[in-house]
Amino acid sequence: MAKVWIDGETTIDVEDADGVNSVSLTVDDKEIIVSTGQTILEAVQRVDGIGNIPALCNHPAVKPYGACRICTVEVSEDGGSKFKFVASCLYPVKQGLIVRTNTDKIKKLRKGIIELMLARCPNVKRIQELAEEYGVDKPRFVLGDQDCILCGLCVRACQEIMGKSAISLVNRGIYREVAAPFYAYELTEECIGCGDCAFVCPTGAIEMGDDGRPILPRVKIPYAEIEALMKKEAATPS
Amino acid sequence: MVEQVRKLLEKRVESVAELEKLRQSIVDKKDSSRTCISVCGGTACRAAGSEAVVDAFIDEIEKRELQVQVEMKETGCHGFCERGPLVVIEPKKIFYQQVKPEDVTEIIAETVLGGKVVERLLYVDPVTSQKITYEPDVPFYKRQTRTIFGANGEIDPTNIEDYIASGGYSALSKVLTGMKPQQIIDEIKKSGLRGRGGGGFPTGRKWQSCRDAKADIKYVICNADEGDPGAYQDRSLLEGNPHSVLEGMIIGAYVIGSHHGYIYVRNEYPLAVRHARIAIEQAMDYGLLGENIMGSGFDFTVTINKGGGAFVCGESSALMASLEGKIGEPKAKYVHMSEKGLWDSPSLLNNVKTWANISLIINKGADWYSKIGTAGSKGTMIFSLVGNINNTGLVEVPMGITLREMIFDIGGGIPNGKKFKAVQTGGPSGGCIPEQFLDTPVDFDELTKLGSMMGSGGMIVMDEDTCMVDVAKYFVEFLKGESCGKCTPCREGINRMSEILSGITRGKGKREDLDTLEDLAGILSAGALCALGQTAANPVLSTLRYFRDEYLAHIDEKKCPAGICRELIQYSIDPEKCQGCLRCLRACPTGAITGEKREAHTLNRGLCIKCGACYDVCKFNAVIRQ
Repeated sequence: MAKVWIDGETTIDVEDADGVNSVSLTVDDKEIIVSTGQTILEAVQRVDGIGNIPALCNHPAVKPYGACRICTVEVSEDGGSKFKFVASCLYPVKQGLIVRTNTDKIKKLRKGIIELMLARCPNVKRIQELAEEYGVDKPRFVLGDQDCILCGLCVRACQEIMGKSAISLVNRGIYREVAAPFYAYELTEECIGCGDCAFVCPTGAIEMGDDGRPILPRVKIPYAEIEALMKKEAATPS
Repeated sequence: MVEQVRKLLEKRVESVAELEKLRQSIVDKKDSSRTCISVCGGTACRAAGSEAVVDAFIDEIEKRELQVQVEMKETGCHGFCERGPLVVIEPKKIFYQQVKPEDVTEIIAETVLGGKVVERLLYVDPVTSQKITYEPDVPFYKRQTRTIFGANGEIDPTNIEDYIASGGYSALSKVLTGMKPQQIIDEIKKSGLRGRGGGGFPTGRKWQSCRDAKADIKYVICNADEGDPGAYQDRSLLEGNPHSVLEGMIIGAYVIGSHHGYIYVRNEYPLAVRHARIAIEQAMDYGLLGENIMGSGFDFTVTINKGGGAFVCGESSALMASLEGKIGEPKAKYVHMSEKGLWDSPSLLNNVKTWANISLIINKGADWYSKIGTAGSKGTMIFSLVGNINNTGLVEVPMGITLREMIFDIGGGIPNGKKFKAVQTGGPSGGCIPEQFLDTPVDFDELTKLGSMMGSGGMIVMDEDTCMVDVAKYFVEFLKGESCGKCTPCREGINRMSEILSGITRGKGKREDLDTLEDLAGILSAGALCALGQTAANPVLSTLRYFRDEYLAHIDEKKCPAGICRELIQYSIDPEKCQGCLRCLRACPTGAITGEKREAHTLNRGLCIKCGACYDVCKFNAVIRQ
């Protein structure tokens, strides 16, 4: 009888998974037993030596979001005859699930997504590392100069951990960005300068300014200059 | 005040028997031989001036004191939008098209009083050149099966009594008195109804999982956030027959055990919002909605929520986020919305057309319903037939009709003697289907096989002057603007696709670009979070599959075969053909054309902005576009 890890701590028998409080599933041909109510990514991260799933928009302190998509894996719910792509940071573990974390198809998908990210943020170290790992040489697209990959971790940390909403994601599509509410130049008093947003940022796009408040990727200019800008804007008739 | 309350109480239908009594009294009051003038009041006819026609009729009827003999009705959309404003004179159904306020006096004098037909307002069949007098004989209507849409032209959407008289709310009374929720679900499963919003998910299965979900609070939602370019059938149904949608929702609520519902409708559909609101108010007054519906002890209310203008809010999870007051962004649906939807409660969301199908299935039975359509797709579907087509409008046809019948028999073919090139189905995430597949039966599975989809029923017909690369670019740009930006593949991938396509249309494309496009399509379909991104590559993939030579012409020869992509075409004047009529010279906005009268003109390419004005005005085909 196969002894397996449960939540990376103790070993029990495979048959002991009751399907209610714990489930057994197969990850890359290895059977594991984990407690229910968690996602594939959480489960895989807890068990040593199993699975290979990168993730950028995921952080244990905030709820999963599913934005970066590089944690995508293949799962089968019917014993392996049909596989589908799912975001492992959101997909709940289920009894009998078969998970593949690193097939050629997945590698190709991740490579494609990383290529898109690298084209947007060619100077970000974390993305460069991933690009090297997945074999992206040079993106086939026009290069941008952003630092922010819009994973939304900063916004979620502000809201979920601090109970504030000093920053938000505004606009849609490629015009989406992290900004102060109502697109204000300056962060309001809502921002208490806790620095959580800068801490969780996977790309270093948010830095803490000298005044103790974060500098958002949108306006990488010291806040002292903003007042002058706003005055100038008010003076120009639109 | 007391009087008003009493009146309101008298209206209330307290039991099924009372509803039948009310229906009988409305029918009895009606004199079927009485002339009824029904004017189409759908948004398209209103845009063509139907409101002025209605006013003219009312004035004329008052002037001649005909209020007793003649009934005047402003109905919902009849569907033949190309020919609006439409007027139908009942009971004979004499069909007048493109009616102007000036025609009203004549219609009243000749047709209503004199019993004669006003010949010049009749529809002329373009094939036989014969005038057609009666509405059902018009080829556009003749080939349709209008089970859901038919009532639109007969009832006044702002008057619940019209709906009741036509048998409305009888499905609800049948359900409340004699059917158990499971029985209703079994009936819907048996009917084979699939969701009409785009995905085509079996409706019965959705209802079952929502009924089985254990929760104290459940919600029912009508998705009327129709946003596909060129599609407006949901709007017309909600405008023209709001009670049929409401009735379906009440039945759905009864089945799953919900007491509150929402209609999420686009803010850009003011008439649909107004009519839905009136319908809710009237249904409340009649005791068909609200507390203790028809004395059954079942409570259900409906609230209208106007959308904020994001295409993605038509996606169920984004719609629910928007209803919750959050940013309208989709989330993963690994746990179905029918188990954990609005405010984490089980939520039953269906499209307007799906809801409208429910009462039909209950009334006529699943056996009757499942006879219509194909093996995998039952019932009828309402399509909006638009683009390069003679009969623009809304058509309801049984599933399984061929594209050819739809475009040529009902749609009347392509205008100006042009050739058919492709039809784009399923909205921006659908695909373009070329001529060789015109005989494909239209249903969920067949369209998917061709690389397109049913979607919400949009159908854009394109003629030979359409550049398929330009079409792909148009839809990709639409989706680029509507992508919420949450997930990387959709936000970045669609943007890169649009960059590449715009390069190709400007003659800057390379052969490798086609591989890149296919790679991006793979990333989108496997990696994107919601259906918007997953299907966003369809316009590109389907045009690449069927019109690859056009892409290659743009890339290799730097030519646009259809003459659409401005940077790849050149205008010149053929001196042999030019008669020197000065028409093009006058039309040219930049003065690029010079020449004397009766002498061949010349075109200065340096000044030419390629607007095509000269090409359009030349009567001698002397302007060459290459």
